[in-house]
Amino acid sequence: MVKGYVNSLETFGLVDGPGVRFVVFLQGCKLRCKFCHNPETWSMSGGEEWTAEDLFNHVRRYKTYWRDNGGITVSGGEPLLQMEFVTELFKLAKKENIHTAIDTAGQPFSEEADYLDRFRELMEVTDLVILDIKEWGSERHRELTGFGNENIIALAKWLSDNGIKMWIRHVLVPSVTDDKDSLKEMHRFISALKTVERVEILPYHTLGLVKWQKLGIPYLLEGVPVPSDEQIKTAEDILINGK
Amino acid sequence: MFKRMENPEAWDGFEGRMWKQEINVRDFIQKNYTQYNGDENFLEGPTDATNKLWDMVQRLQKAERAKGGVLDMETKVVSGLTAYGAGYIFPDEPELEKIVGLQTDLPLKRAFMPFGGIKMAEQACETNGYTPDPELHRIFTEYVTTHNQGVFDAYTPEMKSARHNKIITGLPDTYGRGRIVGDYRRVALYGIDNLIYYKKQDLANCGDGTMTDDVIRLREELAKQIRALQGMKEMAKIYGCDISKPAKNAREAVQWLYFGYLAAIKTQNGAAMSVGRVSTFLDIYINRDLQNGVMTEAEAQELIDHFVMKCRMVKFARIPSYNQLFSGDPVWATLEVAGIGVDGRSMVTKNDFRFLHTLENMGPSPEPNLTVLYSSALPEAFKKYAAKISINTSSVQYENDDVMKPVWGDDYSICCCVSATQTGKEMQFFGARANLAKCLLYAINGGVDAKNREQVAPAYSPIKSEILDYNEVIEKYEKMMDWLAGLYVNTLNLIQYMHDKYYYEAAEMALIDTDVRRTFATGIAGFSHVVDSLSAIKYAIVKPIRDDAGITVDFSTKGDFPRYGNDDDRADDIALWLLKTFLEKIKKHHTYRNSEPTTSILTITSNVVYGKATSNMPDGRRAGTPLAPGANPSYGAEKNGLLASLNSVAKLPYHWALDGISNTQTISPDALGHDEQERINNLVQVMDGYFDQGAHHLNVNVFGTEKLIDAMEHPEKEEYANFTIRVSGYAVKFIDLTREQQMDVISRTCHKTL
Repeated sequence: MVKGYVNSLETFGLVDGPGVRFVVFLQGCKLRCKFCHNPETWSMSGGEEWTAEDLFNHVRRYKTYWRDNGGITVSGGEPLLQMEFVTELFKLAKKENIHTAIDTAGQPFSEEADYLDRFRELMEVTDLVILDIKEWGSERHRELTGFGNENIIALAKWLSDNGIKMWIRHVLVPSVTDDKDSLKEMHRFISALKTVERVEILPYHTLGLVKWQKLGIPYLLEGVPVPSDEQIKTAEDILINGK
Repeated sequence: MFKRMENPEAWDGFEGRMWKQEINVRDFIQKNYTQYNGDENFLEGPTDATNKLWDMVQRLQKAERAKGGVLDMETKVVSGLTAYGAGYIFPDEPELEKIVGLQTDLPLKRAFMPFGGIKMAEQACETNGYTPDPELHRIFTEYVTTHNQGVFDAYTPEMKSARHNKIITGLPDTYGRGRIVGDYRRVALYGIDNLIYYKKQDLANCGDGTMTDDVIRLREELAKQIRALQGMKEMAKIYGCDISKPAKNAREAVQWLYFGYLAAIKTQNGAAMSVGRVSTFLDIYINRDLQNGVMTEAEAQELIDHFVMKCRMVKFARIPSYNQLFSGDPVWATLEVAGIGVDGRSMVTKNDFRFLHTLENMGPSPEPNLTVLYSSALPEAFKKYAAKISINTSSVQYENDDVMKPVWGDDYSICCCVSATQTGKEMQFFGARANLAKCLLYAINGGVDAKNREQVAPAYSPIKSEILDYNEVIEKYEKMMDWLAGLYVNTLNLIQYMHDKYYYEAAEMALIDTDVRRTFATGIAGFSHVVDSLSAIKYAIVKPIRDDAGITVDFSTKGDFPRYGNDDDRADDIALWLLKTFLEKIKKHHTYRNSEPTTSILTITSNVVYGKATSNMPDGRRAGTPLAPGANPSYGAEKNGLLASLNSVAKLPYHWALDGISNTQTISPDALGHDEQERINNLVQVMDGYFDQGAHHLNVNVFGTEKLIDAMEHPEKEEYANFTIRVSGYAVKFIDLTREQQMDVISRTCHKTL
């Protein structure tokens, strides 16, 4: 049985999927987003070892809080780096009709046949994909995260074509990810997708800063302010409403 | 002697027989209330009179705060039912107040109440810059024995030492024990004359002529009760009301009921002076008047607003040490809404909405301590409205009707912060709490208090090993708990005896059945720290650090250990063991007047004071820092978010702690959902999930830490004048807390997801 490596568990997630969510933060991510608020999940080693069955038995203790409006969200780190584990976990969940979601940045996605087979298996037991689009334009994306985003765009299209429900999220960092033209482009792209249920602006915050300091990683966004309400509103108008 | 009560005018349109054959308010409610399953859209805003009155009260509250917390104090007149003439918020416009009656002659003026203890009454005056009449001092020291005097006359040296070292603490020996809820509804439904008739019957039937202690005492108490009932009539007459007969309409019903409560707060200054479960009862009268077309919804709301306004104005003169214990000037005018009847019908009426709506009409407020008797089976629209009010005001607490109803039926009240009591059938002997955290340290140190090296507990052999062994610690801890439980119960026996003797609650007991059931409410402080410390000893390596005299003053803990608050059975089972063990030890002892011993895990704000008296603990808690309040997990212990924490607390069976298991949680609004509707739905889901598991209580705060910090730094801002937060078991205005307690509230986990 494949083992999962878990960074932490949050029993009370209310914004990472519909209703009340049990959020599993997996260990490991290849992206190095400059604004990341969970840098402790980057490392590919470490994390608490769980079998899907044990984790599911733990998670289902929270069923009482979900009713018909809640479930499991696997976040990270990058959940797609531990796809087999997530698939096993979600298969157990679907047996009990529990709503499942992954919160991903899409970085590991690939359209190779072998990968797609395994991905399809996961999608069969996934009710919602929350997809973070970090930045528009592959070069800018690479600058911000260390990776280009062609495959992430491909993932969005694949999900759309295969009828998988999506929430799209974009972290708004003033002067970094708030370029109006990029937001417009992004809006155009999202509008063409068929299965997007919600588009959200996540305002950048500095609450994760202390974690960078603890890990001794230099923080490159030092001094960048959190967005003002007005900046958020402007970005929402463009990205969500296409104004 | 059987007598059927009749009152064609007052009871016109009311159904049922049983409540006319005996004093039986529950039967009246069950036969006459109208369920309401709709939403809040029928509610009306405040009337001009309400706005004018509330504006004045707020101005007075502001002046009170500017004067250091007390607006005015009595120094000459001893408080009593008829000690004062009529008092009004606007003396020139008394007709503005639909519900009248003040504790003294002026709004927010604090009465002089010496029967609990003259020293405390005087000290309360003096610390606020008032000089009590020296003649009062002479009377209450030379001629009258007070409760406090009686207690200290009889205390043993061991009791005094335990009290002084705060292993038993917060004892009601310097203030009224409170926690007795008179069935104030009886005044409205029956009128005083009927109540006197039945109490006279009881007196006539009390004893067979053989004068045992019990009979003599009860006969004297009944005589006092009858006098109190007569006094209530006189008190009401001062305001131009004749309460000898039943209330004839809604306004009279609210007013008569309030007079019953006013009698209690004029004669007693108990820590908790609760109003009780009055909402459904009053709805019957309001509904009748609405049906008859003699009242509008706006007028109905006005009545409830004015009644609640009076509850917001209750004040007692307190001494500084009391304020440290119970911070923010609380009176626990606890008032319940909702609940489900034994027959399965929801008891939610329109009036339950009206009471919650007072928090919108007059803004947030700590009093009355509004309590929703919760069940997931309550009407959805009501649950959502309550959640909405919680999100907007943080002024509501929730208690699980599904676990309380099997024990107390469907007509119980909450008599303090979270403790249930059958309305009109029960009274409670309030007993503060024992510090079980300190007790663990005493077990390790052979009864020596590490703070001052006093031998407080018996000199059992201390632990001498280099590493603490779980089994040895448990063995010694049990022995120390045996000692503590015995001393604690006996100290309380003595206190309750003296309170009955010298500060008997005649007005409240007059509104309770003569054949009363009594509970004996003990309590636990330091719960989570004991659990985590024992878990550390069991699962990690704990080395005691001893000083030159061999006293353990600190601990070095190596390795990980599970903590209470993470839904981890390894730690939570220790919590279950602790509660069960302590309760069993309490139950071994004789309790005064054959009362039923119960226990609680609730500390109110006293967790700060108790923490000051508690040394370093094996769980890493530092000496002097606040204990976690009530049954809350320790600060920083919760690693998996709110629901894991709730699940840990929900494992504690309510029937092992029938006096209540208090849990206070703060949720950041942003973390609760994207928009208002989502937040409401999510909060309802959280409560359904929590209470369906059998948990007892939840205080819900919805705000971010930033708001608390800003309120602490800028208390003068208008927006914070009424900023109310739930603390363990009650609500306070945040700016009325001491800075120390504000810091404590801020440092507690605020549940939000990054």
